[in-house]
Amino acid sequence: MFDFGIITNWIHTQLTSLMPEGLAIFLECVIIGICLLLLYVLIAIIMIYMERKVCAAFQCRLGPTRVGPWGSIQVICDVFKMLTKEIITIRHSDKMLYNLAPYIVIIASVMAFACIPISRGLEILDFNVGILFFMAASSIGIIGILLAGWSSNSKFSLIGAMRSGAQMISYELSVGLSILTIVVLTDTMQFSEIVMRQADGWFIFKGHIPALIAFVIYLIAGNAEVNRGPFDLPEAESELTAGYHTEYSGMHFGLFYVAEFVNLFIISSIAATVFLGGWMPLHIPGLDGFNAVMDAIPGFIWFFAKAFFVVWLLMWIKWTFPRLRIDQILTLEWKYLVPIGLLNLLLMVIVVVFKLHF
Amino acid sequence: MVKYIKGIFQGLGSLLTGMMVTFKEFFTKKITEQYPENRAVLKMNDRFCGELTMPHDSDGSNKCIACGLCQMACPNGSIKITSEMVTDPETGKSRKHLVKYEYDLGSCMFCHLCVNACPHDAIKFSTSFEHAVFTRSKLVKTLNKQ
Repeated sequence: MFDFGIITNWIHTQLTSLMPEGLAIFLECVIIGICLLLLYVLIAIIMIYMERKVCAAFQCRLGPTRVGPWGSIQVICDVFKMLTKEIITIRHSDKMLYNLAPYIVIIASVMAFACIPISRGLEILDFNVGILFFMAASSIGIIGILLAGWSSNSKFSLIGAMRSGAQMISYELSVGLSILTIVVLTDTMQFSEIVMRQADGWFIFKGHIPALIAFVIYLIAGNAEVNRGPFDLPEAESELTAGYHTEYSGMHFGLFYVAEFVNLFIISSIAATVFLGGWMPLHIPGLDGFNAVMDAIPGFIWFFAKAFFVVWLLMWIKWTFPRLRIDQILTLEWKYLVPIGLLNLLLMVIVVVFKLHF
Repeated sequence: MVKYIKGIFQGLGSLLTGMMVTFKEFFTKKITEQYPENRAVLKMNDRFCGELTMPHDSDGSNKCIACGLCQMACPNGSIKITSEMVTDPETGKSRKHLVKYEYDLGSCMFCHLCVNACPHDAIKFSTSFEHAVFTRSKLVKTLNKQ
């Protein structure tokens, strides 16, 4: 498996030979920040295109086909259209919070995005409580959504924001519990370590039954966490126009939209990292030739393939089921997912203590 | 408690049934018609009302008897019939003869009432739908051959 750490170390030594170390580190931070934002935008564009195509396929349509080959430039044109639009300020809104809210959402999303280990040596934020940091960073986004609903002085926005607050805070618990189940199995919270421990088998195979249950719970809760799929009632189009971002226009709306799609990717890539082995190739013990072929595929391809597979799973769920009511959503979380998640955690502890895992 | 656990598995079962349906749909042939490219194979439904036509047989005569029922049935007044009285030289009886059957496509709302009213099936709707022209006057068509 190719280690990108060699390249980054080489860049670091080259820079330190030219300038003092502090300046070199500062420069590296700026470069990494720019790369991160570029990747963020790229992922957002790919996600929106994929959403339109996959949704179309599930509805027996073709989706965008006109702009560019297979409609591939459609989303880029949409982005430019969005950039040229006016940002309207609502008259009786809380101006400061109204303008701040989209940036809080996007900052939370970028911070969570930085945690994802893309390939060996391509981890940006990688320290011993990585998962904890990821959970904390991603839940800041709720504040942005609540502020957006509160400050835009519209009943629809406020109802949407309150619903999303109730929903996201509830489902945070299930996401946490299902990740904790895997942390029990790995005894580490560092993302790079979690991936390394899956070299001899992904956790969904190693942890068998409890890991599988945790994976399903994580998918359900993660889908609710990003306000998508059957849980999209914070922005229920048919009842609340657009929920918390009703009053937003132009690029402020665009930021919410982009953050929503990248959050979906983040949830999927964390699922891929924690349950499906991240950038680790598929290894079957005993088949050395097969393993060698799998090793030849670069890590980031493995990672993106797994992440987009989980994205596809979530889109499949989204375009299959009708929207839930708010009481049904809270019932599902508090009466089903949390008790099952807790029991599952206990089951995992038993499995680990008696060494029943592979 | 039994009901709760049973409910979970029943719920999961029904969710999986739904997901199987959409999974099959994902791979079925897509029904989207890509219009300008598929002109050659485009198939319109027989009952689609595109444009009013008056079929003529091989010697160029039509079945219209100029009774004016279609003109009266038309809610928009898109049909204008000009007729004259001619006397049949053999029998000596006079009967109406169609001179001009004018049909304004621009004000037609494709309700099909004129075809319903026609006692001799002299007019029918064709399925052609590419009607765009540059001036409205081109939309006023004379249906009978003179």
